[in-house]
Amino acid sequence: MSLWLLLAVNSVTLGGLLFLLSAGFSLIFGLMRIPNLTHGSFFMLGAYLGASFLALGLNLWLAALASAAAMAVIGGGIERLLLRRLAGQELAQVLVTLGLSFMIADFCLMQWGGDPIPIDTPAGLRGALPILIITFPTYRLVIVIIAVVVAAALWVMLERTRLGAMIRAGVDDAPMARVTGIRVSRLFTIVFCLGAALAGFAGVIGGPILSVYPGLDADMLPLALIVVILGGTGSLLGALLGSFIIGFLYNFGQALFPELAYIILFLPMLLILLVRPQGLFGRHAP
Amino acid sequence: MSALELRSLAKSFGGLRVTANVNLDVAAGERRLIIGPNGAGKTTLFNLITGELKPDGGSIRLFGQDITRVPSRQRAHLGLARTYQIITLFPGETLLRNVMLSLLGLSPLRWNCVARFNRQEALIARAREALKRVGLDALADRTLAQTSYGERRRVEIAMALAQQPRLLLLDEPFAGLSIDERKDVQKLLLAVPREVTVVMIEHDMDVALELAERITVMHFGEIIVEGTRAEVVSHARTREVYLGE
Amino acid sequence: MTRWVALALALLALVTVPLWIVNGYYVNIVSQILIYAVLALGLNVLVGYAGLVSLGHAGLFGVACYAAAWLVAGGWGHLPAALLALGVIIATSAVFAVLSLRATGIGFLMITLAIGQILWGLAYRWIGLTGGDNGINVPSRPAPFGLSLALSRPFYFFVLIVFLAAVAAMAVFIRSPFGASLKGTRDQPRRMTALGYNVWLIRFLAFLFSGFWSGVAGLLFCYYNQFVSPNVLALSSSAEALLMVISGGTGTLLGPIAGATLVVIMKNVASAYIERWNFLLGAIFVAIVIFMPEGLVPGSVRLWRWSWSLLRRPRAGAALRVGGGRTG
Repeated sequence: MSLWLLLAVNSVTLGGLLFLLSAGFSLIFGLMRIPNLTHGSFFMLGAYLGASFLALGLNLWLAALASAAAMAVIGGGIERLLLRRLAGQELAQVLVTLGLSFMIADFCLMQWGGDPIPIDTPAGLRGALPILIITFPTYRLVIVIIAVVVAAALWVMLERTRLGAMIRAGVDDAPMARVTGIRVSRLFTIVFCLGAALAGFAGVIGGPILSVYPGLDADMLPLALIVVILGGTGSLLGALLGSFIIGFLYNFGQALFPELAYIILFLPMLLILLVRPQGLFGRHAP
Repeated sequence: MSALELRSLAKSFGGLRVTANVNLDVAAGERRLIIGPNGAGKTTLFNLITGELKPDGGSIRLFGQDITRVPSRQRAHLGLARTYQIITLFPGETLLRNVMLSLLGLSPLRWNCVARFNRQEALIARAREALKRVGLDALADRTLAQTSYGERRRVEIAMALAQQPRLLLLDEPFAGLSIDERKDVQKLLLAVPREVTVVMIEHDMDVALELAERITVMHFGEIIVEGTRAEVVSHARTREVYLGE
Repeated sequence: MTRWVALALALLALVTVPLWIVNGYYVNIVSQILIYAVLALGLNVLVGYAGLVSLGHAGLFGVACYAAAWLVAGGWGHLPAALLALGVIIATSAVFAVLSLRATGIGFLMITLAIGQILWGLAYRWIGLTGGDNGINVPSRPAPFGLSLALSRPFYFFVLIVFLAAVAAMAVFIRSPFGASLKGTRDQPRRMTALGYNVWLIRFLAFLFSGFWSGVAGLLFCYYNQFVSPNVLALSSSAEALLMVISGGTGTLLGPIAGATLVVIMKNVASAYIERWNFLLGAIFVAIVIFMPEGLVPGSVRLWRWSWSLLRRPRAGAALRVGGGRTG
């Protein structure tokens, strides 16, 4: 397969992974109005936990689910014990998430050491499938499928359930939602847990592609940030579209302009913040 | 010459029309009262006049000068001052410093990075003078936290008057005041010199009616009745708007 | 009166540091404290006085550092290199300001974060210019009036002079009418506009002032370390700078200085005993934001007064208790 097709395949895969990471980030940002700077750490911690579960004998999927559950508990604890004390003080909440990201990163370093931990692709999915002119590695295809399934599930949750309606109302106008009787602080906890769980899950299933290493959080957080700023906070469609756009931008950028790799990512984010702060599909500017 | 002239002023938020084709003329030195039920668009009108909101259409003239496109920060320099419905003073500062900040806004001194603000004797004297006019000179060195709500309202007015405006916009100056405090503010406002044109939004009829020479009644962003005190009070539509619905 | 005495004592202590700190290593630590205090003071102009929290100030520190390093390593003399670096930093601050002042609050935070990361990415990846991870070596320290600053003691005095100049500049700035108007824009930007102030321009100029001094700190660091690497511009560096400001307290001049002292001492001394500097940094950050948001200096003053009042209270309480009334 030519380089371009390979890059394209990797971009689509990265897009899928990014969506799993960014969907939660987008909902947290949209509902709680804060960029959760701990989100990359959730991804990384989830991945490390997954590696440990794998070492205990669980298969990849169970490890991913267990990790997601663990991250949901951790996320919930952070939200209830720390963020909730600063209700209404968004700047302070952002600073807390920043501090926590340092703590989690160092904890992971302490617990799992400085060497990258490889995660094996599950046995049955190691081959590749020929699709038209592309030979799509099976596992990567599975990731994309999972991302689409999760996207659909999230869409159903947001559009068709009462919880989803409450979340959408909160994203639209949290004070107003509170006035109409919606328990917004409980929504905050639920969304934060959901976001952390999705991030942890993504960390594990992304393991075979990215492996787990110190600094994974610092690599993933900016991508999630850019996706959500681009797509618009609180918008699932924005997160989906943004993820694939950034997936392509990242891979092709790295290949074509390695010297400007970071700029290629942050420049669009900067431009959006300046020109159209609500992103493609967002309702409010940050 | 009219102090304030609004022509076809219009403003909408999405589909909601908050200011609908407003025409208003306030003569120099006049005391005008704007009344209307909640949501009539009175404060929005003030925000359009001060430039905080940009109108969708229409024009605003201040003493004959078209200020529709003039940025908000320059309108103070043209003689426009206002007070706010919710008290927005500078917390943690003394009353004196609050008024000094108000005076500084119009002074080229505000760009000075080397002088000592606390040693600007001329500015301090004028600030004390302004506080004296509202009867608060004894409290000049108290911080805001050590003053009562009524005293803070008077500081708001002192800050607006200190800038020696030609047009003074008062947004519900009597809101939340006790009966005695209202009397104090009323006395204050009656003493404002004729060089200053006063336009006031108010809900409390008893106190406001005494100060008003002409009254404008707004409803749903439109002016529905306008005239002298007697005319408006006896007008059928006024009673309809205030009692009927 | 006591304030002046305390200040005089502090000044005396600083000036005589080489006398009572014998070990050159510790003199260097004090130099570091003063360098970072200048950075913290610069950042505090925005955070404390303008009410704008920046997560990109390490970018300004780093650009000055890199500019000077690149010039000196390229053969420039120290004085022209320093002057040009300062010019570069003012221009960079202007660009920074124009971009980030499109928003306030979290929007401002994110724009400064993005710009900081772009600068870091440039330092890291534009290997042709910056040497990437290998950094740039600075062959020598400046020698003003022919005096060598190669040793820790003379260098300390050099830093001390710049530090005192910075403190003086800050004091004059914040007590000036412009300083008062800057604080006004922090508390009531709407009203300031209605009073006739140009809020954007005030913030812009404050940003330049803030960036200038952050750049001066960067220059000092360049001479101190004689080596600059992309780490200087990393997000963690911006976070450390912010921690210095908020831990010391944003309302005073002493606050950022105290915060810088705390962070530098912890980083250098603690890391000899505890391996987990980043964990500690994060934990203290979280603790301060939640429990002592006004910072350690005001927080400690509050704590001090409260404990004094506890000591005095029992006597008054006893009198009231006899009468059957409530205490406290």
